[in-house]
Amino acid sequence: MQIGIDIGGTNTDAVLMADGKVLATYKSPTTASVGEGVHKAISQVLASAGVSTEVVTRVVLGTTHFTNAVVQRQGLDQVCAIRLGALASRAFPPFSVWPDDLAAAAHGSSAILKGGVNFDGSPITALDETKLRTAADRAVDAGFTSVALTSIFAPLSRDNEQTARDIMAAQQSSLTFTLSSDIGNLGVLERENATILNACLTRMAVDVVASIEAALASLGIACPFFFSQNDGTLMSAEFAARFPVRTFASGPTNSIRGAGFLAGVQDALVVDIGGTTTDVGALRRGYPRESANTTELAGLRTNFRMPDLVSIGIGGGSLVAEIGGGAANSNAAATSNAGIHVTVGPRSVGRLLTEQALVFGGATLTATDIAVAAGLLDAGNPNAVAHLPRILIEQALAVIKRDVERAVDAMRVSSDDLPVILVGGGAPLVGLDAFHGQPVIRPDHGHVANAVGSAVAHAGGESDRIYNLDKMSREEAVSLAEAEAREQCVRAGGEPGQVEIVELDALPLTYLPGQSVRIRVKAAGPPAA
Amino acid sequence: MRRRLSERDIKAIAEGSAILGTGGGGDPYLGSVYAVRAVREFGEPELVSIDELPDDTLAVAAVMIGSPVPMMEKLSLGDEVGRAFEGLESVLGRPINAMLTSEIGGVNTVISIAIAAERGLPVVDADAMGRAFPEVQLVTQTIYGIRVCPLSMADEHGNVVIINAVDNFWAERLARPTVIEFGAISPSLGFPMTKADIELASIPGSVSMARDIGEALLFGDPREGGVLQAVLDRTGGVEVFRGKVSSVDRHVTGGWAIGDVNIEGSDAFAGDTMRVTFQNENLMAYLGDEPVVCVPDLITIVEQDTCRAITTERLRFGSRVSVLAMPCDDKWLTPAGLALAGPRHFGYDVDYAPYAGRRPSLGLAPNLGSGPEITAAPMTAPATSDATRS
Repeated sequence: MQIGIDIGGTNTDAVLMADGKVLATYKSPTTASVGEGVHKAISQVLASAGVSTEVVTRVVLGTTHFTNAVVQRQGLDQVCAIRLGALASRAFPPFSVWPDDLAAAAHGSSAILKGGVNFDGSPITALDETKLRTAADRAVDAGFTSVALTSIFAPLSRDNEQTARDIMAAQQSSLTFTLSSDIGNLGVLERENATILNACLTRMAVDVVASIEAALASLGIACPFFFSQNDGTLMSAEFAARFPVRTFASGPTNSIRGAGFLAGVQDALVVDIGGTTTDVGALRRGYPRESANTTELAGLRTNFRMPDLVSIGIGGGSLVAEIGGGAANSNAAATSNAGIHVTVGPRSVGRLLTEQALVFGGATLTATDIAVAAGLLDAGNPNAVAHLPRILIEQALAVIKRDVERAVDAMRVSSDDLPVILVGGGAPLVGLDAFHGQPVIRPDHGHVANAVGSAVAHAGGESDRIYNLDKMSREEAVSLAEAEAREQCVRAGGEPGQVEIVELDALPLTYLPGQSVRIRVKAAGPPAA
Repeated sequence: MRRRLSERDIKAIAEGSAILGTGGGGDPYLGSVYAVRAVREFGEPELVSIDELPDDTLAVAAVMIGSPVPMMEKLSLGDEVGRAFEGLESVLGRPINAMLTSEIGGVNTVISIAIAAERGLPVVDADAMGRAFPEVQLVTQTIYGIRVCPLSMADEHGNVVIINAVDNFWAERLARPTVIEFGAISPSLGFPMTKADIELASIPGSVSMARDIGEALLFGDPREGGVLQAVLDRTGGVEVFRGKVSSVDRHVTGGWAIGDVNIEGSDAFAGDTMRVTFQNENLMAYLGDEPVVCVPDLITIVEQDTCRAITTERLRFGSRVSVLAMPCDDKWLTPAGLALAGPRHFGYDVDYAPYAGRRPSLGLAPNLGSGPEITAAPMTAPATSDATRS
């Protein structure tokens, strides 16, 4: 049996699963300590299923813990950031495009030293060993133990980063390293930003992993545990302790994959209606479609692989208001008909829903009240919403339907008749007749789809590099890329014999001379027993 | 109308440039950061109209030559920019005293402003395209036989190469191998122009236009249609289509991102389909099989809700969009201008014709409202509407 846990900013969800079936679910407010939350979630699901700890064969955890640490600028280590590529790139040194408060929390020291390569792999300048040794000494003297190394065009050639790490580690054995070639993609600033974020979270990641290990030990659980990462695959705890940034988008990813699993489909559009927002994502061959755009996290440009999402400010806690006289509030979803004008969101009562909504004895009209009044949802006291005028209920539901439909349309990449899966606590807000007659699925256990996504995650690996086809054939380049993705997958905990290539993209690069092609490969497979 | 360009103006110019960038022009992020930083450190540069320029004006423009990918890795906006500037000044033999922008659209506009701020030079309210184009010679100077040379190219090592080519086609040809040796990206300065050259060959008022468009986009009336109307008023453009993207086809040929997008009509356009073809920039718009807008007129696809420009890389199925047609500057409509940058230059077997309802370019004359319509034979479907692309 597997346990999947999703630790969100507000709620912690958990499921116990066996043979693809959900045996028990759990939902409770998130605790400050990750270890404590894990302990509670596991003991509760086991208790409600009436089984003992020996049956658990795998625990998979998705968490926004590290994302929140960055957003709140809490618990971050100060980092020694070294870029290799002088004299190039000096107009934008490390941290130069960071929000001031985040830089204050994360910036230990920084330098641009010699190294790096051009688009064709030719060196910009040779590495300067003496300067690297000095940098290692200075970092340790100043009390910075985490080093972020970013070399220009590292996705093309990672040798410089590896050599620089070896030189610095030989000089100062207490240093730990994050290499940009392990983290991100083309775009030196975005990749470096992500690399630094990883470096400032690694000590916290080691602590979090240790606290979970302690929780599992105290429960008597000896099976392996994993983290789910941004792309919907899982990684070993040891890997997660080194690459905490890979958990940053695991929440929405798990919900998309969990929805697909519960609905039994590989290709779909997933609508996750939460308390404040609705996220719409696309499931493609069992994995979330990734965003091609630069992603911003806490005011910082990064190029993490994030699921492609459209978020709108509609959820179960959204405020519903009726505006007289047709005065438009351009920031809110609104409709007007027969003289009344209704808005839903973007303001929400959020986690105070169970205190402030009418059906829970509060005084605020929320989308949840509308759902109860319309008979779509059984929650709280329905008498509290019996007085709501029918036209108001209809108009509010029409606003929700229209906006969710629009978000779903924006996520479609073809006119295929993909099913729409509704999950999340607010799923009843949208009727099964929405989406212009496309098939709509509202699966059982959809309220814990994200924990299900964790429980069913496979191990994954990827490769994303530029190859010069003047020097090798396309087939050779593809097989190099596939080998790297498979190796990464095994490193992330995959069973060596069962790794499969799940995605292959070869993209010729515009403007670059010669035959440069960027090859992206993803591999995935079940975790090793 | 002398005025200074503030940080707000720079942000507005970057936004507005995207509308005039016709789907291309590149990501202005780095250039904007560079320009904002220069303004904070050195002060706001002055924006001056052409008639305010002194007679001894020697203006130059900055242009990033190369590929966007190396730009993202090498961030080539450091000392190399200053060395390219000084290299150019030394061969010109007298001080450069104003900055021009080579194109309105993408990164080059804001970089010229940054250099102006750093060196305390005024920015001339004009450019050499009035839009974005992908090749060095596709500038209005070429129409009038004004050389883009000397062209000064620099790299991070301190190398400076001065190209002094006989014409602008040779300049493009010689710049390409140089930039490869520089790592496929080089901040370059060139396009030296006197006041008389600028009066003759540039497109006046384009920096102001980009700023006004950006102001409307960033700070304008958000009510439905308000921003779109402001953009159309300021550019003299028309909304030629509105609908939902139904397919996007994109591939890379010969270093160009080539493809087309199909849009299913809605509202007044329900039942019709528009196809827009692009080669880095949007080039042609077809209603059914009939070309209705063609290069060098501007075709920009914008999001319906926000009126923000959508670049060709970001087009995707399901987006609700409007297609805007905006008049290019009249200089492009001369026989030499059309020979240089008309549909045939891009491989289309079609002669340029103005789109329906086309008004003259507004350029220098903001808020003129409706000018007289150009009277020309209406565009008819050509014998072969399938473009041949090389």
